[in-house]
Amino acid sequence: MSLVRRAAMGLAAPVLAFLVAGVVASVVLLISGDDVGAFWDVMFSMPKHRNIVSILNTSAVLYLSGVAAAIGFRMNLFNIGVEGQYQLAGLAAGAFAGEAWLPGPFNTVGAIVVAMITGALWAGIAGILRATRGVSEVISTIMLNAIAGSLIAYCILQIGVDTGNARNTKQIPEGARVGTIEVFGDSPTQLFGLSLLAIVVGIAFWVLLNRTRFGFDLRASGASETAAVASGVNVKRMVVIAMLMSGAVAGLVGLPVMFSDSFSYGSSFQTGLGFTGIAVALLGRNNPVGIAFGALVFAFLTEQATLLNILAGISPDIVKVTQGVILMAVVIAYEVVRRYRVRLEQASVAERLAESRPAPEQPKEPAT
Amino acid sequence: MSVAPETASAPIETPEEYHHRRNRVLLYIFAGFVLLSAVRVVSGAEQLTSSGTLAVTLTATMPIAMAGLGGLWAERAGIVNIGLEGMMIMGTIGAGYFAFHYGVVAGVLGAALFGLLGGALHALATVVFGVDHIVSGVAVNIIALGVSGFLAEAWFSGLEGGGPTQSPPLPEPFKINIPFISEPANALEEKHWFLISDLASVVEMFTKDLSSLVVLGLLLIVGTWWALWRTTFGLRLRSCGESPAAAESLGVNVYRYKFIAVLVSGALAGFGGALLAMVSSSGFQVGQTNGRGYIGLAAMIFGNWRPTGMFMGSALFGFTQALPFREGTVSVHALLLLVAAILFAVALVQLLRRRRAHALGALVFGLVFLGWYLTTEIIAREFTTMAPYIAVLLVLAFASQRLRMPAADGQVYRKGSAG
Repeated sequence: MSLVRRAAMGLAAPVLAFLVAGVVASVVLLISGDDVGAFWDVMFSMPKHRNIVSILNTSAVLYLSGVAAAIGFRMNLFNIGVEGQYQLAGLAAGAFAGEAWLPGPFNTVGAIVVAMITGALWAGIAGILRATRGVSEVISTIMLNAIAGSLIAYCILQIGVDTGNARNTKQIPEGARVGTIEVFGDSPTQLFGLSLLAIVVGIAFWVLLNRTRFGFDLRASGASETAAVASGVNVKRMVVIAMLMSGAVAGLVGLPVMFSDSFSYGSSFQTGLGFTGIAVALLGRNNPVGIAFGALVFAFLTEQATLLNILAGISPDIVKVTQGVILMAVVIAYEVVRRYRVRLEQASVAERLAESRPAPEQPKEPAT
Repeated sequence: MSVAPETASAPIETPEEYHHRRNRVLLYIFAGFVLLSAVRVVSGAEQLTSSGTLAVTLTATMPIAMAGLGGLWAERAGIVNIGLEGMMIMGTIGAGYFAFHYGVVAGVLGAALFGLLGGALHALATVVFGVDHIVSGVAVNIIALGVSGFLAEAWFSGLEGGGPTQSPPLPEPFKINIPFISEPANALEEKHWFLISDLASVVEMFTKDLSSLVVLGLLLIVGTWWALWRTTFGLRLRSCGESPAAAESLGVNVYRYKFIAVLVSGALAGFGGALLAMVSSSGFQVGQTNGRGYIGLAAMIFGNWRPTGMFMGSALFGFTQALPFREGTVSVHALLLLVAAILFAVALVQLLRRRRAHALGALVFGLVFLGWYLTTEIIAREFTTMAPYIAVLLVLAFASQRLRMPAADGQVYRKGSAG
């Protein structure tokens, strides 16, 4: 297949998906009697500088969550538990940093390590259950999500301090906080320092996948488990390691906001990022660059959604619908394109075979 | 999803095997009940089996059981349905709209219809387009969450008693009362006799303020058992989950059966949503399902992809959800004694089967729980909410060899791929 054709087919799926999502959103708004034109005006309006900063912050967090999910997805391991892993890790990191056992920046680094270990261990439970007892990681991570919720509620009662109307972990001391980066001079919001973790993780993920033996084994196990086993990959070990790594990355999700904005773990800690991360990973086909694209798109949509209510009087939930439809449409479109490509390849192979063989017994030669 | 590797029980069981299994299940249920009654008498936590607790338990159990039943239909036909949560959310909003405007019956039908729409989306993606079942389910959940929030704001914002996140109070479904049975049962319950009073509580639960929708749910469970295991239709549907290629070679339209199964699955989950909105509470609220769709899925796996087991799993969740509201600290504390008693019973059984190591393990843990019970007065509420999830994890970890999921569950099937 020619390069142009291949590129066109790679782009076909996402473009198709966005078109479908746009149509669905418009139809829903038409039925509910909302102003469709205003919706599109808001969605396509150029974000202001402070909105751009918010989009970058949100996409960094979504990217981390997406990569966490993608590490498992690459070997057909469905870590639905990113949600519980990052929340528990956020609690552990917040509690650790709040105690200020280590001075200044060491405290920050220590908290990051604590978060990664907590996330890894929580995900590791599911990995070990899968490897040793054959328990589906989908169910075990869902159970672990629920258990994490209760565990967090219990811990925050035990170790938290009352701050007015909510219970939070102790405030992170000044020295351990991470500064922000000024992107635009006129923007009141700034880029959280730890958002840069997303770039580090992204590069590490790319190197791991494409330049290490482990990455090769991971992709091989995902593409064909039997082939991987035949070539000497210890799939059980891979399952545990992949879950540990997935959980470790998940542990980072809550940190940018905590260390540059909220300074403690508590009721203001954002929830639901784990599930959005799954969508972002799938949108980006579990590829380091693709996930970045997916995270930016979802962050952009989320940010524009906050304007919908103010500027057009439309419920921002329509954007959630759109995000879900994009995800559904994109996976269907990928499947359709894949089938189409397989058919084309089969046809071209058949054509070549027919050319290379001087087919004497061909039934009918077109008379030309 | 590879929950269980090769296992003992064959997909087709003889009538004798079936009767054996049924008797064993009934025996376990009865033994568990006797144990619960004994713990009540010993600990003095009268709320443990009071008719009030049992009624709340039944109300909390049914939505989970309906989600689990939906999961059962889908997975018996080979489609993993993690979108149950989303279909249940669709059910709650459907119930809210139709029950408020057109009454209870319309509410139930509307909820089932909305759930069915979610199921149709999942079926379209998984059956027709061959998308991975988990991926499609995640997408359904995201879409349903958005749709419910959007519609709630559009439908309930201006109404009295309603708002962008909740519906006005909904009409109450008909409640069944049989006073000439429930009143003597209540008198008997007040005596606090061992076992007799507990059985009286059960009788009272079914004869006093029993919601007609709960009865409908119970009928649906029995009906599912009949439809899937006693009819040709059910055999064909299950054959699509065991070996779709073989089913197709025998002339079964695999796509059609899978499609029907996922549609029914969505409708049942939607009905579960109706139970949440109309029986468990007085109206629709955003976020009302709170993960019950996922729990239903877990209860179904806990119950080995069978209706009775699925219902028992749901009841476990329902019981631990209900108990904290009934003199929580005392009742929940008594549960420690129950766990200890169960572990001692397990130890005894293992000893009789000459598995000394297993028996010793159960005995040690039983003593730990007994010690915990004796040395403490109350137990933190969070541990109760955690308990059923840990129980499911433990059951999956230690009994996964005995669980047997449909052989082709979760696999994408394409027409004509039989070779």
